[in-house]
This record gives sequence, structure tokens and C-alpha cells, in this order.
Amino acid sequence: MFFFVARRSFFAVILLFVVSIFTFWIFSALPADPAALTCGKNCRPEVIEANRARLGYDKPFIEQYGSYMKGIFAGRTYGEDESGVHCSAPSLGYSYDRHECVTSLVAKTLPVTASIAIGAFVLWMFFGIALGTMAALRRGKWPDHFATVFSVVGISFPSFFLGLLSILIFVIWTNILPFPQYVGITENPFKWFTALILPWTVLAVLSASTYIRMTRNGILEVMNEEFVRLGIAKGLPRRTLIVKYVLRAALTPIATIAGIDLAFLLGGALVTESVFNLPGLGKLTLAAVINSDLPILVATTLVAAVFIVVANAVVDIMYGFLDPRVRSK
Amino acid sequence: MEPVDTRDDSMDSAGLSPWQLGMRRFRKGRLGVIAFWVVFFFVFVAIFAPIIVRLLNVDPYALDRNSINDFGLPKGPLGSMSWNHPLGVEPGTGRDILGRLIYGTRISLLIGAVGTLLSTGVGVILGMVAGLRRGWIDSFISRIGDVALAFPSLLLIIALANPMTQRLESWGVPRGNTAKLTYILAILTIFGWVYMARLVRGQVLSLRERDFVEAARSFGAGTCHLVFKQLLPNLWPQIIIFVAMSLPGYVALEATLSFLGVGLQAPTASWGIMLGDSVRYYRTDTAYLFIPGGALLLLVLGFNLLADGLRDAFDPRSDRQQL
Repeated sequence: MFFFVARRSFFAVILLFVVSIFTFWIFSALPADPAALTCGKNCRPEVIEANRARLGYDKPFIEQYGSYMKGIFAGRTYGEDESGVHCSAPSLGYSYDRHECVTSLVAKTLPVTASIAIGAFVLWMFFGIALGTMAALRRGKWPDHFATVFSVVGISFPSFFLGLLSILIFVIWTNILPFPQYVGITENPFKWFTALILPWTVLAVLSASTYIRMTRNGILEVMNEEFVRLGIAKGLPRRTLIVKYVLRAALTPIATIAGIDLAFLLGGALVTESVFNLPGLGKLTLAAVINSDLPILVATTLVAAVFIVVANAVVDIMYGFLDPRVRSK
Repeated sequence: MEPVDTRDDSMDSAGLSPWQLGMRRFRKGRLGVIAFWVVFFFVFVAIFAPIIVRLLNVDPYALDRNSINDFGLPKGPLGSMSWNHPLGVEPGTGRDILGRLIYGTRISLLIGAVGTLLSTGVGVILGMVAGLRRGWIDSFISRIGDVALAFPSLLLIIALANPMTQRLESWGVPRGNTAKLTYILAILTIFGWVYMARLVRGQVLSLRERDFVEAARSFGAGTCHLVFKQLLPNLWPQIIIFVAMSLPGYVALEATLSFLGVGLQAPTASWGIMLGDSVRYYRTDTAYLFIPGGALLLLVLGFNLLADGLRDAFDPRSDRQQL
């Protein structure tokens, strides 16, 4: 077991290394000159060159990558004289557009994205599994039909269309909810909740579809296994059988996909944050796209990739604990 | 889902290929057939868009300043629907929505079809190579797949959209929407091939051990024969299901990119452009949001139901047939 965990973690680190090199390479090979973007349109060449040296863009690619990685672990000062800006570790770069360390921008926006992602995750897991279980247990009856229709319609909705629709219905036409305006949970939990309930619901409706199907099909598949027949034969109560044995076996593969879906969302709920105007990682990325703010783009890509790779590794390791057959492979 | 009775298949199914069996089952699923006709309708509209537009006497590009007021909003109710503009006009420009909707079908289906074709094609080829060659080639392809999946794809698609389009233009791709379309299709392929390749690789690894492949090989069959006569016929059902499942995602993505501001640009008519534009007006001119949104929803729903029907018909493990 120790070797399995060690090997899996080692693989994740290698993967992250390759991904970081790729990300760095893609963004440095872009036609945009990052130094020229540091100051506005009427910029003197000397300023551009000075900024190029200050931000390290004059160095060869490998050296740039090296100092970036060093910055993540040791912090980094941009520029050498007293005008230099220091970003303490983990430094993800310096945004010349916003005159701020990228790490602090990420730290400001990540809680918003995390609030969106985790709340939506809880909702879609609960409703997805509940509806999927109901559909499987009442196969061919109305709960099953309802779940089937709900999941196929839910999966077909373009996310921003559903988001705009929900704003129209609940905010503009009926005034049930105020227009979402993000407030930190520590500041005002109630306002935090009312701002996020719509984004959560929209994301949950979109994602629950997959989980309804997987739960339903998983349960139906497990129901055919020998151990379930054994359970029935030895007279286990139906509820115990389903909750303790069937659900447990059926939900293990769902847990793996759930972990990865959550990780993807933590990397920035681009569409949702944009529709509901929530200041999260996705919004930060979109603003950076418009302003060609490369340091932010590199950082958000890396942060999102870390979430994905770590989630994959954690899920694999968890799976190894739950299902011994995986370990030996 | 409509109950599919599999019992009578066994009665006269002797001599039918899996393909024929699947098609027979598919025709019995009512929803799947309806979905097929919905998709067919959109494909028909896309192909004959110029003729249909002429017949309906709507022009997707003509600016009609008379049907919008000084604020740029349509004059009449419901986005100024009238005999001249059956679905109303666009705010800001006064262009006819029906005409743009009809032409937009082309872009949506083009991105859906070509994107799926490219990523499925690359996936099948790489999966086939990995499964047949094994060894270091297999490891190499699989590791590249791991790296591609480790990237936050939507984020990267958006972050690279403008600079990469510029780069394509500097390489000689026609400027504007052609370059952007090329970029979208290319990056969809870069991120989209992995799942197909994994599926095909797994299938090839297990199929190559089967007796019929062994038999063909003992007769001296070449790789070409193995791939096209032995392996592909067994893979078609899965490839078809995969294609049907990924198409709606690509169709919706075009709209998502436009919504996020990195998609195609007007005056080209596309559903994504309309939807992206409608966000600015959705509080005052709801019809402008609902018409392209509804069309997109209908098309994606059609594709999804079609995919469901095909999966029920072709996937032997699918227990939805017992519904």
C-alpha cells in the first residue's frame, strides 16, 4: 500500500512538472510581448526594455522557468533597485496590469470560487445520488421517468443560458432574490448564502444529470451481483441491503468522478462567475484575457492544473484503499 | 425511455450483423427516432440555408434601422415580431433574427461536426496505434493523454484564443473568423482526442487476444486488413455512441466561447454571437435571448436524446432497455 501511494504521488509530481513547463512554454511562445504590455500604448522603448529586464523576460526560457519555480518556493523580488517589488513565497508572478503580486490576487479570488464550487458540489451530489437511487429502486415508474427527463434536459442546457434564465425568473421577474452580489461568509453569512444560492442551483442542475445517470446505472448493475442475491437469500432487510451494501458498491466509481469534477470547478467556474458577476478565479482569468495579463493567465492555469492533478491522485489513492484490486495493477 | 423489447430479436436475428441488430433496436425507441428527426431538421436547414432564407424573404445581414428605436431596442413587442421579421429583429442593428438563426445553424453544426470528426479521428488513430504497437509507443501516447487531461481545457481555450488567432493569421490563415474557427477546431482536437483514444486502445488490447483476430493473423493478414476488416467493424458501435455524445458539447461550446467574449465576431451569423450579444439586452429584450437559446437547447437536446437512443440500441451492457 505504501508503494502504491508513493508511486502515485511521484507520478503526480512528474505530471505537474511537465504541465508547468508546457504552460510556461505556451505562454512565452505567444506573439504578445509581455514587456510591451507592461505600459500603455504610448510607451517609450526604454521603459519597455527596463521592464523587460525587471520582470526577467530578457533571459532565456529555461532561466525564466527556473526563477519562476524558485519564486514559488522562496518568494521573488521583481527588479533590483529600491523600486523592486517583493512577492513573498509562494510567488506566482507579478501583474503589471494591476500592480499586484499574482499570489495575492489568487488568494483574494479563490475563496469565492471555493464557495461556489463546494456549495454546488454538495447540492449536486445530494440530489444526483438521491434522484438516481430513487430512479433505480422504482425502475420504470414515475420517479424513474422524472429522473430520466430531468437528467437529459439538465445536461442539454447551455450553462450560461440556464444562469441567465434563473436571473430573469428569480431576480428580475419575481424579485424573490436580490441580484447576486458576493459577500464573504465571515462578513455576512446570510448575504453570502443569498448571493450564492442561484449559482449553486444552476451548477447543480447541470452536473446532477451525470450523477443521476451514474447512480441509477451503478445501482442496477450492482443489484445483479452475487453478494446482493446472497443478502436477499439470508433475509437482510431491504433498507440495510441497499444502504449498506448496494449504495456503497455503486458509489465508489462515482466518488472518483466527483473528485475530478470538483477540482475542475475549483480552477475557476468561468461561465457561472461571469453570468452572476462573482469575483472568483474564473472572473480573474477572464479579465486577464481581456487585458492580456500573461502572469495572471500562467498562474490561474497552473493553479487549476494543480487542483486537477492532485484530485486525480487523491481519488486514485482513495480508490486503492476502497478496492484492493486497483493496487496491484 | 420507450420500452425496447429484446425478446423478438432472438427469433429472427440469425445472420444479422451487430450493426443491423442495433439499427433494428434503435428504430423501436420512439424518443430516439424523434430526436433523429429533430437533428435532421437542423442539418437540413443548415445545408439549404441560402434557399430557405430566400423563400422566407428574410435577410440575415441587412440592417433595418426602421424597426429599432433611438435606444437601439426593437420598436414592437416581442423583439418587434412582424410579417417582415417573423422572429423579430436584433437590438442595436435591426438585423432579422430568423435569417440569422437559419444561417447560424451552419456555424453551430460546422463546429459540432468538424470538431467531433477531428477529435474522434485523431483519437481512433492514436488509440489504434497504441493498442496495436504497445510498448513504448503505447506509453508515449498514453502519457501525452495524461498531460492533455491535466490541463484546465476551457480556461486554456479562452486564454489562448486571441493570441493564437493572431499567430494563425500571421501564418497565412485568412484573417478574422476563419482564423478563429481554425483555432477553435484545432484546440478542440488537442484536448478532445484523449477519451476516444483510451476507449479504442482498451478495446484493441482486448480484441487482439480474441480468436478471430488470432485466426486472421495466422492466415498472414496484414495490419491494414486487421484494422479495417477485423477491428473497426467491432468498434463502430462505440465510436458512433461517442460521436453522438460529444457532438452536443461542441455545439454548445461555440456559444459558450462567444458568451465569454472570445468566439466568432459579428456580422457573421452564429447562435453563439447572438447569445453573447443578447446578454447585454436580456433584461429589456428577452425574446432576443430566448430565440437563439431555445434553438440551441433544442438542438443539443436532440443530439443528447439521439445519443441515448443509440447507446440503448448498440451498447449490450446498457440496461436501459429493461426500462
